[in-house]
Amino acid sequence: MKTNRSIPFRVLPAISLIVLAGLITGCGNQQGQAGAGAISGDAASAVYVPPGQYDEFYAFMSGGFSGQVAVYGLPSGRLFKVIPVFSVDAEKGYGFNEETKPMLETSFGFVPWDDAHHPELSQTNGETDGRYLFINGNNTPRIARIDLSTFETAEIIEIPNSGGNHSSPFTTENTEYVVAGTRFGVPYPQKDVAINTYADNFKGALSFISVDKEDGDMNIAFQVLLPAFDYDLAHSGKGESHGWTFFTTYNTELKNTLLEVGASQHDKDYIAAVNWKLAEKYIAEGKFKEIPANYRDNSYEDKTHMATSKKMDKVRVLLPEDCPGLVYFLPTPKSPHGVDVDPTGEYIVASGKLSADLTVHSFKKMLTAIENQAFETTISGIPVLKYEEVVAGVVKEPGLGPLHTEFDGKGNAYTTFFISSEVVKWNVGTWEVLDRVPTFYSVGHLMIPGGDSKKPQGKYLVALNKITKDRYLPTGPELTQSAQLYDISGDKMKMLLDFPTVGEPHYAQGISADRIVPRSRKFFPLEENEHPFKALGEKDTRVERSGKDVHVYMTTIRSHFAPDNIEGIKVGDRVYWHVTNLEQDWDVPHGFAVQGAQNAELLIMPGQTETLVWYPQREGVFPFYCTDFCSALHQEMQGYVRVSAANSSTPLVWSLGEPEPEQ
Amino acid sequence: MKNALPRLSMLLAIAGILSLFLFPMWKIILYAPQYPTGVQMNIWINKIDGNEPGTLQNVNILNHYVGMKYIEPDAIPELTYFPYVIIAMACLGLVALIINRPWAYLSWMLLMIGLSMIGFYDFYLWEYDYGHNLSDTAPIKIPGASFQPPLLGKKIILNFTAVSLPHIGGYLAGAGIVFSFLAYWSRKKLS
Repeated sequence: MKTNRSIPFRVLPAISLIVLAGLITGCGNQQGQAGAGAISGDAASAVYVPPGQYDEFYAFMSGGFSGQVAVYGLPSGRLFKVIPVFSVDAEKGYGFNEETKPMLETSFGFVPWDDAHHPELSQTNGETDGRYLFINGNNTPRIARIDLSTFETAEIIEIPNSGGNHSSPFTTENTEYVVAGTRFGVPYPQKDVAINTYADNFKGALSFISVDKEDGDMNIAFQVLLPAFDYDLAHSGKGESHGWTFFTTYNTELKNTLLEVGASQHDKDYIAAVNWKLAEKYIAEGKFKEIPANYRDNSYEDKTHMATSKKMDKVRVLLPEDCPGLVYFLPTPKSPHGVDVDPTGEYIVASGKLSADLTVHSFKKMLTAIENQAFETTISGIPVLKYEEVVAGVVKEPGLGPLHTEFDGKGNAYTTFFISSEVVKWNVGTWEVLDRVPTFYSVGHLMIPGGDSKKPQGKYLVALNKITKDRYLPTGPELTQSAQLYDISGDKMKMLLDFPTVGEPHYAQGISADRIVPRSRKFFPLEENEHPFKALGEKDTRVERSGKDVHVYMTTIRSHFAPDNIEGIKVGDRVYWHVTNLEQDWDVPHGFAVQGAQNAELLIMPGQTETLVWYPQREGVFPFYCTDFCSALHQEMQGYVRVSAANSSTPLVWSLGEPEPEQ
Repeated sequence: MKNALPRLSMLLAIAGILSLFLFPMWKIILYAPQYPTGVQMNIWINKIDGNEPGTLQNVNILNHYVGMKYIEPDAIPELTYFPYVIIAMACLGLVALIINRPWAYLSWMLLMIGLSMIGFYDFYLWEYDYGHNLSDTAPIKIPGASFQPPLLGKKIILNFTAVSLPHIGGYLAGAGIVFSFLAYWSRKKLS
């Protein structure tokens, strides 16, 4: 492989330093003047959504190191909800109540946090369909599926033999699969080896996770075992390239230390093109190896209102040397980051983040090159196609540090440049730069609703910025990240708005509201509640003791708990508060909090049952109350639990209201 | 053709009142800022429900703040025997149709109007009872206030605007009475 440095690479760091310094000092002095200057026309009215009216689009933004997903409206930039996914959320009891704890189980045990990166909407015929949102957990490799009828996490599946689940969870055209490529090479299978045996002992697994057509259930269909490159990002083909998935790689140098230097030596790294339709054939022919693997598949049921964690113990693996035609490498300049397929499926845009130019490959040329066996070399049985045979065009010197590209469906592409902090619009086909706008500052991903699908809804573009510096009122050393909204309906991009985000928004997805609103549920019907500890009416409420375990079957309805006086609990008991919300109306959750609870509150949606475990530590009478302002008599929604000594003989009694006076 | 008009009209009159088994006869809608689309209760000949599965429970939750009784359809005997009255009237309608005399049609119409008036009066009594017979231990007590919904039309009750109107079944049953008059009138013109 070539290791000579190109000239642009040597000058790049120098240029980037100058640019960064300019941005920081220049804008710092002007207090955001640059941003204000970039706004033209009546931007305020373009983003104004009058009180009580709906936004045109939903935007789902990854919460980055918060581990969650934030739901915004566009164009207003209003935050509607933070959906707990990979991190516990005391506000909603997520990961604290007994029902959702299994969601965060992994082969490492209970993991209460992750680094969430790329939201991806489910698609049908290459169009976003509003059924599910997938998102990857990077640190403890996982993929979550969020049900967009409830806006709750419905499933989390762990990815075995992987480290840093970054090139994930990009979907195929009909959500046949979502993918999970390992960013970090790891010993395969995991074992105790010297780190500097990286090149010999480490591997990179690309996982294809099937998604059930009916209920969305995810399963690891197969893994493709490749050299231990870093698999950075991915996108699946569409239209003519449907059946293929493309992964970018860096560290093709196979270094295990000081990667910022070691992994930046090759002139070209690769895009790994995986023919997953062929993989299905090889699987059907039995050409896979079944390898022991240790991972979890956690699912949440809307009817039982409970999650279960399933232990999985094997995975099917395809080895490229046994499966000719399964994988090809496309040489691509300088540590490509994003790989984005245009709406037609023909062009594969690779953002070589250390390259001066932007490389676009042609799917048709790739197929021809494969047919003609135009191979440069072979790595571990994987043919490397000749660069000249696959490249469709090059966008010349568009900016510095290209990262990601999205499309507007009108023949244009929009690429973010981290170092020069801008979004550049260019023509797909002529490779000509059409327009550029600054971002504030250091943009990572960008999002156009449907911008990575076959049918982009190219009205707005959102730039997701890593650094905000002087853009907002300062909040101490830690500052927010931000999203910037641009109008891309005309020839020139126009900045309309910027707003702070929850955590660091990596990728985002957008979808027109009409694809989600009709599916959004208002409450859970009580008659469908299959929770084993439900109480479907106040007649069913009771307290049961079995040894030191006490089960309270409690209900809530405006504005009281039933029962609200409980006696006979003893120090050293383990009390399960099973609270069923009897309400059957939209937007009437009840909360439950009890003094001394060492976990969190419960926030119970209408028709739902949730359970909080409470360990009474001392004798006394302790209040519990409703935490979610439910009604005019919310403040009266309270009760008491009496805790007696461990050896006391206080009888177990419970009640609601005073007994009717004798007539 | 002209000879068939009275019987045809009477048939439509019967169909009109029988539609009460297919559609609600009355609706009461409560509007408030927190209920922008309104809480709509539907009164059928044999049951009370709402536009959503939880409507009745939601109305009862609202009512309990001011000490109104729970609306429990099982405790309203009319919902049990009104269906028999309608079936009986449909049978009498068939008898009138067989007799096919002006007096038969006219008697049926007058009987139906009479029954409707009694029905309305009964509805008013229930509304009066719900609106005035309040619990002594109600959390919210407003001296002199009545929570009786309107018999027909609109009325403001505290933060709610209550609207009471016929539902599809009510209109069709009303049309049935008009058709019975048509039967009487057209039969009279023939003789």
